[in-house]
Amino acid sequence: MRAPVQDAAATGAAVIVIGGGVTGLSAAWWLARQGVSVLVLERGIVGWEASGRNGGGCTHYASPLFREEQHLWPQMDALLGYPTEHRPYRIGVAMDEMGLKRFRRMAAIAAEDGFSATMLDPQALREAAPLVTEAAAGGIFFAFGGHANPQRTVQAYAWALEDLGGRILQHTQVTGFRRTGGRVTAVETDRGIFGCDTLVVAAGPGTGPLLGQLGAHLPMAPGRAEMIVTEALPPMRHGGVDGNGLYGRQTLRGNLAYGGGPHEWLTENPPLDRPGTPLLRNLALRVAQMFPRAAHARVIRSWAGVIENTPDGRPVLDVLDDAPNVVAATMSSVGFGLSPASGRAIADLALHGSCQFADLSSLRLDRFRDVPLDWRERRGWVPPVPATEPMGELA
Amino acid sequence: MNAVDPKSIAGKFPTPPETVQLAVIGAGPAGVAAAIAAAEAGLRVLLIDENPVESGLIGLEVPLLYGGRATAAVTRPDRMLERVFDSDPALARAFELGVDIRLGTCCWGAFTNTPNRQALPGLLLGLADAGRSRLVAAQRLVLAPGARDLVLAFPGSDQPGVMGAQALQALLGRYDAFAGRRAVVLGSGPLGMQAVLALRARGIAVVAVVEARDTPQADWAALDVPVLCGMLPGRAQGGPDGVTGLALVGADGGAGPELVADTIVLAVGTVPNVELPQVLGCRLVFDAPRGGWVPVLDADGRSSLPAVFVVGDGAGRGQAQASGQRAAQAVARDLGRTVVAAPASPVGEKPDDPIAYRMDWMRGLLATGGADTHLCQCEEVSRADLLELRPPRYLDAPPPRPVASLGDGAPVHPDQVKRLTRAGMGACQGRRCREQVAMLLAIATGTDLEKIPLASYRAPVRPLPLSLLADTEELAEMAANWEVWFGVQGQWVPWRDIGTPRENLDRYGEPADPGHL
Repeated sequence: MRAPVQDAAATGAAVIVIGGGVTGLSAAWWLARQGVSVLVLERGIVGWEASGRNGGGCTHYASPLFREEQHLWPQMDALLGYPTEHRPYRIGVAMDEMGLKRFRRMAAIAAEDGFSATMLDPQALREAAPLVTEAAAGGIFFAFGGHANPQRTVQAYAWALEDLGGRILQHTQVTGFRRTGGRVTAVETDRGIFGCDTLVVAAGPGTGPLLGQLGAHLPMAPGRAEMIVTEALPPMRHGGVDGNGLYGRQTLRGNLAYGGGPHEWLTENPPLDRPGTPLLRNLALRVAQMFPRAAHARVIRSWAGVIENTPDGRPVLDVLDDAPNVVAATMSSVGFGLSPASGRAIADLALHGSCQFADLSSLRLDRFRDVPLDWRERRGWVPPVPATEPMGELA
Repeated sequence: MNAVDPKSIAGKFPTPPETVQLAVIGAGPAGVAAAIAAAEAGLRVLLIDENPVESGLIGLEVPLLYGGRATAAVTRPDRMLERVFDSDPALARAFELGVDIRLGTCCWGAFTNTPNRQALPGLLLGLADAGRSRLVAAQRLVLAPGARDLVLAFPGSDQPGVMGAQALQALLGRYDAFAGRRAVVLGSGPLGMQAVLALRARGIAVVAVVEARDTPQADWAALDVPVLCGMLPGRAQGGPDGVTGLALVGADGGAGPELVADTIVLAVGTVPNVELPQVLGCRLVFDAPRGGWVPVLDADGRSSLPAVFVVGDGAGRGQAQASGQRAAQAVARDLGRTVVAAPASPVGEKPDDPIAYRMDWMRGLLATGGADTHLCQCEEVSRADLLELRPPRYLDAPPPRPVASLGDGAPVHPDQVKRLTRAGMGACQGRRCREQVAMLLAIATGTDLEKIPLASYRAPVRPLPLSLLADTEELAEMAANWEVWFGVQGQWVPWRDIGTPRENLDRYGEPADPGHL
């Protein structure tokens, strides 16, 4: 147990952010850039959860934050002062005609925001990404988007925030809130009570339960997803190559890091372990199919992360109706790539009550007001029923 | 009955065609004893051992630090298989009792249902031989994974010829494939003495034993070998074939003798193999007399997961054969067999604190070896890189930050340091550096070593090729429902389309069913 922080009243901040993941840290950093005093409360280590365990993609054409995501990523190393390993562009590999059709649809959507993409025939695809199988039907080159190193990026936000005078308290568990009228005036933790003018809740799968303590209903279900990573291979010209049911990238170091496939729904507030399953074999199969020239590459790790999803899979970035100084922020399992833009949007919501650069009307909380309490059961978004042991349980 | 999300993992893992009552991983003394005792109790037993290890893994220093001192004999699988089987008569006994013995087969993962993993049909083992990987179900599991070499870096240690005492025993004994001729042994405790005796038995010259502490850590009177105390390896010299000599340095920094040798044997300590217990989800504890991080076990060797037992050196409690037998008998009772209870064997404990001993070595090497010594060879991360959180050289280095700044008052987690510096991220899966990283973090941050969290192990716990791991017989439901991401209808609808008729277009731009509640 950590020692209490002394003189708690003096250690509050204008804005408290609950959650030291990529979204909360970016929001805190954007606030600190504007001279706002900010304190991040993290129950464990910054970026320890899904923020540091994901595919690193930065290409979210369906989001209202897409333009800002694309605008910001190429500047992030300079803005933060720390390397994120961001690299531009993506290549999609289509194994069949349906894959190509999907890419054409993605290109059409991105074109509405002014971004361009080029369809690649099989030969052009392999010239752009030499590891790709000759069995591919073709591909696409997105002249936008990109990828970055999640672990390095999340630490970059944390360090950049601290450089601006923002504070982060790790290993600090939120236990409750103090309210006056509808407003939250302080956050209670196992290390003391911290006063605030505005509160941002960006706690990943913990966001719904925390907002529940404030009387708001944000339906979300935590799920576990897995990735594998190989030893380093000679880098391709573009690392952001994926397809065949996989998301991921070749890292700057040369490792192939890919995920995809079935997720496991977990109970609310799941334990902190992040176990893997034999799914890594199915991932290995698909990576070897997509990159037969890399089939010899040794798999050296796998990992799992826990992410939350809302019923429609889309984020909630909104100010609570009943607690007007509280900003609710969940990115619904797609938070890393959008983080430069989501953090800026959250900072706007915290300071101005609305986003100054993007239309967030599709991310309002009230779209879930009629979601029944047993929505997870109705959807089957619940943990699997475990098999009993063949020989029966132990006495 | 709840609905089932077809895109979720529920129901995607069938019970494998091969199911055994007991699987034993590791055919050392503890594992073979467990297999024999279980077979005698009438159980159907599968006994797995990764030896002979594929020569490509030997080259990666997996699972032991072979130090490039294996002969070309290790590239001949038939010869090696024969050697491994013949090296232990107990294996023949197990074979006669009907134990299904698979040599040259590694267990790269083991999985069972735990609170965040509920979709498995039971206890599953991921196995791989040279040709393919597969899953096998077991009702009970006895892990006899042994211990691996504790690796300590010093200048010049990242060249062939620097090897571990466990690897030495494997190459001299079981494999009969050791290429060295003149050896220096680092560490004067029982481990070092066993190394010297094994080398001498093969007629290999032992130049000296080097000891960081001021006194020998065992009684060497009967052996005619110089034991040089208060000394540390200063720099290994080398050529195209690796080590040619070792310059010693006094603990006070003064120059020491220069030794001529082609092999330097690290015999400072061993590390219980806890990869599989951690991947399974067994509770682990730092227990210094048992050698560091080890599974929490009851007197039978049963872990916090009731179906999983750990015995032998991997349990860090000694009594290899007795521990194996006792676990097998507990398994037999679990599965309804009547067995005469074995008398409780005293749990063996090492008289000295092996952790304090290795920390003395680490402090000495830090004082004499400098900050530029690579502690992670795969990713070429030096001690200074770790202590200042420097990113790899292909990135622009930000200003150095002391590693202690990460902790915010709590012990620094090696996994966080790994992500920033890449120490432990290489193809050897951190076997050569993780103990050094933990010790360095403890020293640099003034933290007790036992408070430094265990750097995580993840499946596959052996670095295996994509093509070997690949599940080529996956369930049709797996392929049919495979999605890149969660498969939530509506997640990828362009935001401008929401609330318009275009909202119901699917990923191909065709009309689809709305997925809203």
